Amino acid sequence: MTEEKKVQKASEILVDELTKEPENGTWWQRAGQSLLIPLLAVLTGLILGAVFIIITSEDVYAAFGRSFGQGVGEALRIVWDSYRALFAGSLGDPARISAALQSGDGETIRRAFNPFFESLVASTPYIFGGLALALGFRAGVFNIGAEGQVFVGAIFAAFVGYAVKGVPAIIHIPLALMAGALGGAIWGFIPGWLKAATGGHEVINTIMMNYVAFRLSEWLLAGPMKRPDSFNPVSPTIEESAMLPQFFGYPIRFHLGFFLALGVAWFVYWLLFKTTWGFNLRTVGANPSAAKYAGIKVTRYMVLGMTISGALAGLAGTNEVLGLNHNLALAFSSGYGFDSIALALLGNNHPAGVVFAALLFGTLRNGATKMQVSAGIPIDIISILQAVILIFIAAPAIIRTIYRLREAKDTGGVQMISGWGGN
Amino acid sequence: MPPVLELRNITKQFPGVLANDHINLSLEEGEIHALLGENGAGKTTLMNILYGLYSPDEGEVTVRGERLDIQSPSDAIASGIGMVHQHFMLIPVFTVTENVMLGEEATKNGGFLDRKHTADRIREISDQYNLEVDPDMYVRDIPVGVQQRVEIIKLLYREADILILDEPTAVLTPQEAGELFKILGRLVERGKSVIFITHKLQEVMEIADRITVIRRGKVVGTTTPKEATKEKLAEMMVGREVQLVLEKDAPNVGEEVLTVKELLVLDEVKQVAVDGVSFSVREGEVLGVAGVQGNGQTELVKALTGLQELEDGEVTLLGEDIAHATPRTITELGAAHIPEDRQKDGLVLSYPVADNLVLCTYYKEPYAKGVVMQEQAILERANELIKQYDIRTPDAVTLASSLSGGNQQKVIVAREFSRPTKLIVASQPTRGLDVGSIEYIHSQLLKKRDEGTGVLLVSSELDEVMELSDRIAVMYRGKFVAIIPADKVSKEQVGLLMAGVSPEQAGVSEINMLANEEGNS
Repeated sequence: MTEEKKVQKASEILVDELTKEPENGTWWQRAGQSLLIPLLAVLTGLILGAVFIIITSEDVYAAFGRSFGQGVGEALRIVWDSYRALFAGSLGDPARISAALQSGDGETIRRAFNPFFESLVASTPYIFGGLALALGFRAGVFNIGAEGQVFVGAIFAAFVGYAVKGVPAIIHIPLALMAGALGGAIWGFIPGWLKAATGGHEVINTIMMNYVAFRLSEWLLAGPMKRPDSFNPVSPTIEESAMLPQFFGYPIRFHLGFFLALGVAWFVYWLLFKTTWGFNLRTVGANPSAAKYAGIKVTRYMVLGMTISGALAGLAGTNEVLGLNHNLALAFSSGYGFDSIALALLGNNHPAGVVFAALLFGTLRNGATKMQVSAGIPIDIISILQAVILIFIAAPAIIRTIYRLREAKDTGGVQMISGWGGN
Repeated sequence: MPPVLELRNITKQFPGVLANDHINLSLEEGEIHALLGENGAGKTTLMNILYGLYSPDEGEVTVRGERLDIQSPSDAIASGIGMVHQHFMLIPVFTVTENVMLGEEATKNGGFLDRKHTADRIREISDQYNLEVDPDMYVRDIPVGVQQRVEIIKLLYREADILILDEPTAVLTPQEAGELFKILGRLVERGKSVIFITHKLQEVMEIADRITVIRRGKVVGTTTPKEATKEKLAEMMVGREVQLVLEKDAPNVGEEVLTVKELLVLDEVKQVAVDGVSFSVREGEVLGVAGVQGNGQTELVKALTGLQELEDGEVTLLGEDIAHATPRTITELGAAHIPEDRQKDGLVLSYPVADNLVLCTYYKEPYAKGVVMQEQAILERANELIKQYDIRTPDAVTLASSLSGGNQQKVIVAREFSRPTKLIVASQPTRGLDVGSIEYIHSQLLKKRDEGTGVLLVSSELDEVMELSDRIAVMYRGKFVAIIPADKVSKEQVGLLMAGVSPEQAGVSEINMLANEEGNS
């Protein structure tokens, strides 16, 4: 081969190699690449979770006291029991489902399927919250205030839910949803505007706004929004016309909110990746200097990013009020806003990723309750599991090392496609 | 006596690429050996092998005749090999002393840091080579040129006698580069040996004792500045004849495109950066702004392109007042801008090439209908531009970050030049690029000029300004000290003006007046 041909050949091979790179591959190659780390992180999390279950179980120590073999047996048994309870509690117990189906009794069947639907119910606020954070991250703002926005959204939604009377559901539900989104949007706009106008960092300001939101809801529930006939700090129950419809009878609580969440996820995807607004938001997030150069009003889109993020977080609270609780209670949110930060990270700040991550979180949360009841494993083990998964997501190098994965962009540090010389 | 350092048959294969193909190189004691090649030719790979960051597939390294097995940078340092990387490895919030002792901390009284010992040693080295480095200064407070000397001190402190410098002048002003060359001269006088990696021909001719040219992983040849010419070296580097000197026709000057009067701009710390500058750019001419980096050029360009507020003065583009206009208004009027910092301002590195190619037009038909972006139209346009401007990328959806510097700049040039423009503001358009890329960008700029576009070229490369400009403005401490027709002034005169010598003393006062009248009439 002549010199020139060899070089040509080498660059051809390289170009082939480069086009095989995930970012340039087909969508499923890219999806596979971006899913690989999260999946391995979850798997590793489950393994480490098992270790925690074993070392915190007194039964295992007792069994090891008797003999090594019994110890190992007990350890395996307790892990098996725990994870079986976890999955039966979150997805359903196959034996029970088939028995219920044979019985033909409506309520028995619904009870058997309930764990699965309950997981979807638990996932729904996570979807809204995760989308809120993901959109914020894409626009370059770190919205730690999602939890406060969840509360304000819930306050607005609850108020419209019980104070507006005599309108049909077709009007009342959208009205209450919009009110909830508006509440969250206001709570996101304020720190966004503060950042744009004064340079005040949104992380600090959103944390402060959280406290304002918590105390605000406490004050409202102690006074203006308190149900007159109750001794508890609870708002009046919302009108039936504002409740999100449920699809099955008792005890399944699965409601319209889940589909709304999926719809909103699609909308966020469309907004971010298919519209000029999304292009503006993402450019501001990816490189504010270049955004300014490209003629994008950077501060305006930062504020807009915070506002939309707040609206989405507000919908998480709204969903809980209109779909499940049907009133506003003290501390009704179990940290959805905070978990969402992790969730957005797990979902790679992509709406589809967020939906999967939310389903995972919802499922784990839901199953954890069952695990506690039937296997006697403390519910906190799930928090540990979540934490471990997130550590691995945040530090993908660990996962790469454990599973000996190649660095995604390893071209050996050379760029042969750089010279412009004509050959 | 064997050479200080010898590389024999070094071969390194990366998946699909032969980065180094049987490379031989020898370094004599007290020699500056330049390693010349385009970006991606394999220079850095070779040096990383020498420094123990990669291990070669084949070949051997000998130091003073002894065969070495370099597995890591610490092996390299132990054999007296030290490297100054292109991007400095310094910690800004540490003092010079702390940076130098990092990794090899001198201690006293069983474990306490002995800063004094190191500081004294630094003073000694600094005096010995006339480096003028104060060990007690914080690195963040000292200029880039001095930071580089700190890197050199780090090597000397570790008693390296083979110094590898990777593109050391890329971050320096011409003055700083001149100082560096003097320092290198003093180093080799005292028996150190230097490998100097670069793609700049001028530098090589100036300081190298011997020159080895690498192209596509192979040694093309070794020569000396006496035997070689710049043209010959460029040809060896690129593999074909390169036009170093561009031929250009007399300008066909038309109407005024940009008029600036008494422009006053402040910098980030509210100091006057541009101090009452007036000039105009006309259709079909290149107005070059020469000047040492940091004399207000950056602020001037930012104010003209709407990226920075101006304090006072008038700016008119095609008859419209743009003194306080937004970047988008200015772009839509027909101004194109090649920004000084291409990665920070000019590109979104995490975006595909296609999105970067429409970064200033994405919101317009046919790339968007209403608010909905038209991916197909964007991709089609991108493929067109990739072909037309010969951007070397696997495809249009490759991320901009994975392109080489030259190709990144081509993306910007393609985007800015493919729009209908009446004014091009090009700031340091060829900084850090290789010969082939520079040739291309220069020819594109002149093509635009010949099509009747007014060009404002800001560059700290004096050669570039001299070569491309029809008129030259010299900027010194925020002022235009002279605006001179390019054919009536010598490079030396412009150099004097850049250094702050008055037009009278530089002997350009009369022609200066002339050009000003011509330009403002």
